Amino acid sequence: MIIIDIAILALLAATAVTVARIQNLWAAVMFTGIYSFLGASWMLILDAPDVAFTEAAVGAGIATVLMLGTLALTGLKEKPITKFPLGSLLVVTITGITLVYGTLDMPRFGDPNAPIHLHPSPTFVEKSQPDMHGLPNVVTAVLASYRGYDTLGETAVIFTAGIAVLLILRKDAKEPGESSGEEPS
Amino acid sequence: MISFPIIRVVTKILIPYILLFAMYVQFHGDFGPGGGFQAGVIFAAAIILYALVFGLQAAKRVAPPWAVEKLIALGVVVYAGTGIACMLCGGNFLDYNALDHHWLTELPAYIDFLPGEKPHHFLPTGQHLGIFLVELGVGITVTAVMTMIFYAFAGRERLANTTKGPLG
Repeated sequence: MIIIDIAILALLAATAVTVARIQNLWAAVMFTGIYSFLGASWMLILDAPDVAFTEAAVGAGIATVLMLGTLALTGLKEKPITKFPLGSLLVVTITGITLVYGTLDMPRFGDPNAPIHLHPSPTFVEKSQPDMHGLPNVVTAVLASYRGYDTLGETAVIFTAGIAVLLILRKDAKEPGESSGEEPS
Repeated sequence: MISFPIIRVVTKILIPYILLFAMYVQFHGDFGPGGGFQAGVIFAAAIILYALVFGLQAAKRVAPPWAVEKLIALGVVVYAGTGIACMLCGGNFLDYNALDHHWLTELPAYIDFLPGEKPHHFLPTGQHLGIFLVELGVGITVTAVMTMIFYAFAGRERLANTTKGPLG
């Protein structure tokens, strides 16, 4: 198992470096798809199949297709770098060091005494069986029932974001007389 | 990509199973891993795969944009409507226990003849029904939003020159 862990993490790092370095944008998009798929595998190893589903479908599937669609509208080649990006390198390095420094304070993976495993979680796990009349998936019970308001808000966010994207993208699609004659109104 | 027979045939074989898996993730989400969001993106991925292989126009005949864009709002309405239904049944907003039915609490006699483990309740309890409806709303909205965003991206013409992109 540890071999698979190391292999996936190494592949993730290698893919990330490749995406940053490669000049051909089409290949870079493909590599982001591979990165997402490796991320989904990693989520599966961490026992989070829900997140793995989402990562595989959104990250590796839909996002890749949308980026290909964007590439079809723009171009396949990255603009060559003319001068050494010193400022960006500085910002990225400082941000990276800060993030790594932040992880040093985090509890070890799977630590039973970590705050996340102590505060609300055991009570939810204990309560959800009688509360939900035997529904076994605590994640769904928390998302849809205990935190029903939050999920309603999330759905409203997806709704709003979708409408906003459609309003922006559709604006000039109709002006040159594009044949979107499916509109009944 | 419609001229590649292997891709075309494999896609046609795969799409029913992708849709079935999306349905499984949607309606079995309270027993196994999954839920409305995951099912929605898987369902949308099936539509997008169809559009990639058979062309945008073919996909628009299967899932017409005027219908899909109404589904975006319908999902939120289903979710919020479940909450309102809870209030109409005498509970708080989104308090699914209010949806609990008070009929058929005894299992009917013929359930004894069914093979396998006997269920505790013949009809879903209020919590189960509420979660089911709410997840259905999330699934509808996510499917519709993902599909519409794909339509919006893929339907745009290239601005600079007229060469067709990979999405045709």
